[in-house]
Amino acid sequence: MKVLMFGWEFPPHIAGGLGTACYGLTKGLAKHDVEVLFVMPSASGDEDESAVKIINASDISVADVWSKADISRLDSFLSKVSFFKVSSGLVPYIDPEMFSSMVEGQEKRSRYEEYEQFKIHYGGKYKFSGKYGANLMEEVQRYAMVASAIALENDFDVIHAHDWLTYAAGIAAKRISGKPLVIHVHATSFDRASDNAIDPRVFALEKMGMEAADKIMAVSNLTRNIVINKYGIDPSKVVAVHNAVDFNEFKQMEVKRGVDDKIVTFLGRITYQKGPEYFIEAAYKVLQKCPNVRFVMAGNGDLMNRSIRRVAKLGIADKFHFTGFLRGDDVKKMFAYSDVYIMPSVSEPFGISPLEAMKSNVPSIISKQSGVAEVLDYAIKTDFWDIDAMADAIYGLLNYPALASMSARCGVEEVNNLKWENAALKMIDVYQEAIDNLK
Amino acid sequence: MEKSLCLYFQVHQPDRLRLYRFFDIGNDSQYFDEFANRTILKRVAQRCYLPMNELIYELIQKHGKNFKVAFSISGAALEQFEQYAPEVLESFKKLASTKCVEFLAETYSHSLASLKSPKEFKNQVKEHSAAIKKHFGVKPKTFRNTELIYSDAIGEAVADMGFTTMLTEGAKHILGWKSPNFLYTNAINPKLKLLLKNFNLSDDIAFRFSDRSNPNWPLTSDRYAAWLAEGAANDDIINLFMDYETFGEHQNASTGIFEFMRALPDAVLANTELKFCTPSEAAAKHQPVAPLHVPYAISWADEERDTSAWLGNELQNEAFEKLYSLEKGVMAAKDEELLADFRKLQESDHFYYMCTKFFSDGAVHKYFNPYDTPYEAFINYMNVLSDFALRVEKKTSKKK
Repeated sequence: MKVLMFGWEFPPHIAGGLGTACYGLTKGLAKHDVEVLFVMPSASGDEDESAVKIINASDISVADVWSKADISRLDSFLSKVSFFKVSSGLVPYIDPEMFSSMVEGQEKRSRYEEYEQFKIHYGGKYKFSGKYGANLMEEVQRYAMVASAIALENDFDVIHAHDWLTYAAGIAAKRISGKPLVIHVHATSFDRASDNAIDPRVFALEKMGMEAADKIMAVSNLTRNIVINKYGIDPSKVVAVHNAVDFNEFKQMEVKRGVDDKIVTFLGRITYQKGPEYFIEAAYKVLQKCPNVRFVMAGNGDLMNRSIRRVAKLGIADKFHFTGFLRGDDVKKMFAYSDVYIMPSVSEPFGISPLEAMKSNVPSIISKQSGVAEVLDYAIKTDFWDIDAMADAIYGLLNYPALASMSARCGVEEVNNLKWENAALKMIDVYQEAIDNLK
Repeated sequence: MEKSLCLYFQVHQPDRLRLYRFFDIGNDSQYFDEFANRTILKRVAQRCYLPMNELIYELIQKHGKNFKVAFSISGAALEQFEQYAPEVLESFKKLASTKCVEFLAETYSHSLASLKSPKEFKNQVKEHSAAIKKHFGVKPKTFRNTELIYSDAIGEAVADMGFTTMLTEGAKHILGWKSPNFLYTNAINPKLKLLLKNFNLSDDIAFRFSDRSNPNWPLTSDRYAAWLAEGAANDDIINLFMDYETFGEHQNASTGIFEFMRALPDAVLANTELKFCTPSEAAAKHQPVAPLHVPYAISWADEERDTSAWLGNELQNEAFEKLYSLEKGVMAAKDEELLADFRKLQESDHFYYMCTKFFSDGAVHKYFNPYDTPYEAFINYMNVLSDFALRVEKKTSKKK
C-alpha cells in the first residue's frame, strides 16, 4: 500500500504536536510496510527520512509537470481543477473571473494559450514559508495547487491529509487521481478558540474537507464527537484513532537540580485552549498550604504576558517560573526536573505531552476535557475549571509518596503500551475501507 | 543679589543581568553580563566620560573659580570604572583636584531603597559617602537621591544623616505657580535646603539639543545664555541637572554638543548676571523662600515625574517586594558576596526595564533597555532573584 500524505510540518521544524504525531504515525505505518509520500511545504532537508520520502512542495514546479503532460492531459487537469471555485474567494493570487474563464475555456482562445498564460503567471516554483503566518490562507491554496501537480506525477493508493491546512490539497489530489481521501482531524476550530470566535473561513475549509473525505480519522472520541456534532458529519464515516507516542529514541536525561523544592510543570502553548489560568490559580492555592513547591510554566503563547501579570499580582513570582518556549533537550530536561506534570486544557483533542511526562516517571494530572484521558487510567483526571480538585491533586502527589510512586510506576507501563504500530494497524484498516468503498 | 547657575551631572552605569534561565537556578550564581557591561562602559568612556572630563578640565583651567560643576557618581559606576576603565576614574580625580567640582552623595547602588527600607537606605548612603571620600578625598555635603526621587519623609531622613542640601525635580504638580528657580526647604526639617531642577532649560540640552524638528534648532551657546538670563530675571538660581551621558552618548559628538558646552561659560559669564556655583555654595548663598510640601515621592522621570517608571505596575511591585523581603536574611548572613549581589540587584535600572509605559516616554525607555519586553525583564530578574533567595536561605540556615 502506498499513501500520499499531506502535512504542514515535520520534525525537527515543528510549531506544535502535529509534526510529532505525523512523524510517529508514518514510522508506525512503515513498520507494516506501508509506503508514505509525505508532502510538506518548505522541507529544509534535515528531516528524518528513514521512514518516509519527503517531497518539498517548494521544489515542485507546476509548470514542469504540465509541460511534460500532453495537451489532452492538460485538458483533463484543467477540467479537474474546477473545484477551486468552491473557495475562489480564498484565492488571493488569482482573480476569480479570470480563473473561471481560464478553467472553463472561452471560444476565442485555445486551451494552449490559456495554459501559456497560466504558466507565465503561475508557473514556476511556489515558495512556501511553511510557517503559520498572515498569508496562511494563501499558502493553503497554493499548497493545493502544488498538490494536484504532485498527484499527477506519483502513484499511490490512498490520500491522507492532516488537519484543515492540507484538506484543500487532499481534495485537489483526490480530484486529479480519483483515489480515496482520508482526512485526519488532530484539532478543530472549536479547540483553537471559544465557540463564538470561530474563524468562518477555517470552519468552511474544515467542513469542506470532512464532507469530501471518504473516511475521517479523529484523534479521540472527544474529537470524533465534535466532528459529528459541530460539523454534521455522518457518524459512520468517522473513526477514532488514538494517538500513540514514540519512545524509541527516548533517553531519560540526567540533570543536576539546583533547587530542593518540588517542581510542578505545565508545558505547552500558553493559549486559551491549554487553560494556563487554571494552573496559576491552583498553584496559588497549593502555595498557601505548602511553600516548598515551585511551579513552572514552560512555553509561550498569546496569554503569556497576561499570565505573568497574574502571577505577579498574586505575589507568587518567586515560586512561579516562566521558561519561554523549550525545544529538544530542554523539554526532556524540564521533565527530568519535574515532580508533577499538569495539563489543565480547556479543550484538547488528544494531548501527547502527558505521555512524555509519564514516560519520564512524572505523575500527571490531566483535564477530563482532553482526548488523552480516554486512554489513560493512571493519570489523575480533573475538570479543567475545577482548581480546587487540581490543587488537591497537586498537593496529594507532592505529599503522599505512595500516590506519586504508584502513578509514576503504572504510568510508565501504561504509556509503553501506546504504540504507533498499533495505531497504524487501525489506520490501515481505515485506508482499506476507504479503498473498498470506492470500488 | 548675585544669581547662581548650578550644573549637576549624574553618572551611573547599571550592572546588566545576563540571560539567566530557569535551569540556572540553584546551579549558577553568576548573574551579570560582564561582556555587555564592559563593552558599554568602554564605549561610553570613549564617547563621553573621557572627552567631557577633559573639556571640563580645560574650562576650569581657563575660567578658574568662575566655572564650577557637580557630579554624582553611583557606586556601581565607580566599581565599573575601577574594573574596566581606570583611566576614567583618574580623570575624575584630576577634576577633583581643581576644587571647582563638588561630588554629591547618593545611594551606593543607585537604588530605590529610600522608598522601602530606611535602614538599607542609610547603609547605602554611608557606603557611597565612604567611597567618594576614598576616591576624591572629600566627604559629600549635598545629597542627591536616585533619579532625584524625593518626598518629605525622604528629605527628613536625609537631613537626619547630616546633609544640609538636597537636589530634586522642579515637578510642576508640586510647584504649581511657584518657580523652581529659588531655594526651598524640607517641610518637616527646615534645615534641609532644596535645589529644584529647571526641567525646561535642562531638557533643552539633554533631550532637545539635536532635535531638528525643534524650531530653535540649532541651539547656540549665545541663544541659550539669553534664555538663562531671561529665566533668572526675577529669580535666584537656575539648576541644570542632567545625565552626564548626555554629552557624547545621548547627544553624540557630531551634534556639536561639545562645542556648545565649550562656548557656554563664556556666553554666560559675558552676557548674564549668573555665576557658576556648586550646589552647596548655592544653598549657602541664597535665602530659602518657602517650605516645599511633597507628601508623595517625586522624581525626574517621565511626564508623571513620580516613581511609576520603576514601581508602576504589578511586575515591578512584585519584584521589588520580593527583593526587599530578603533584606533581613542578607543582613543576618553577614556575607560580603551576598551583600554585594544584593546591592547590585537593587539598582533601579532592573525595575526600569520592567516598565510598561511605552507610549508617552517610550523612546527614552527603549533607549536604555536591554530587553525586548518588560515581561522578559521580569522573568529574567525573578529567576536571578530565586537563585539569590536560595543562597540567602542556605547562608542563614547554616548560621542557626
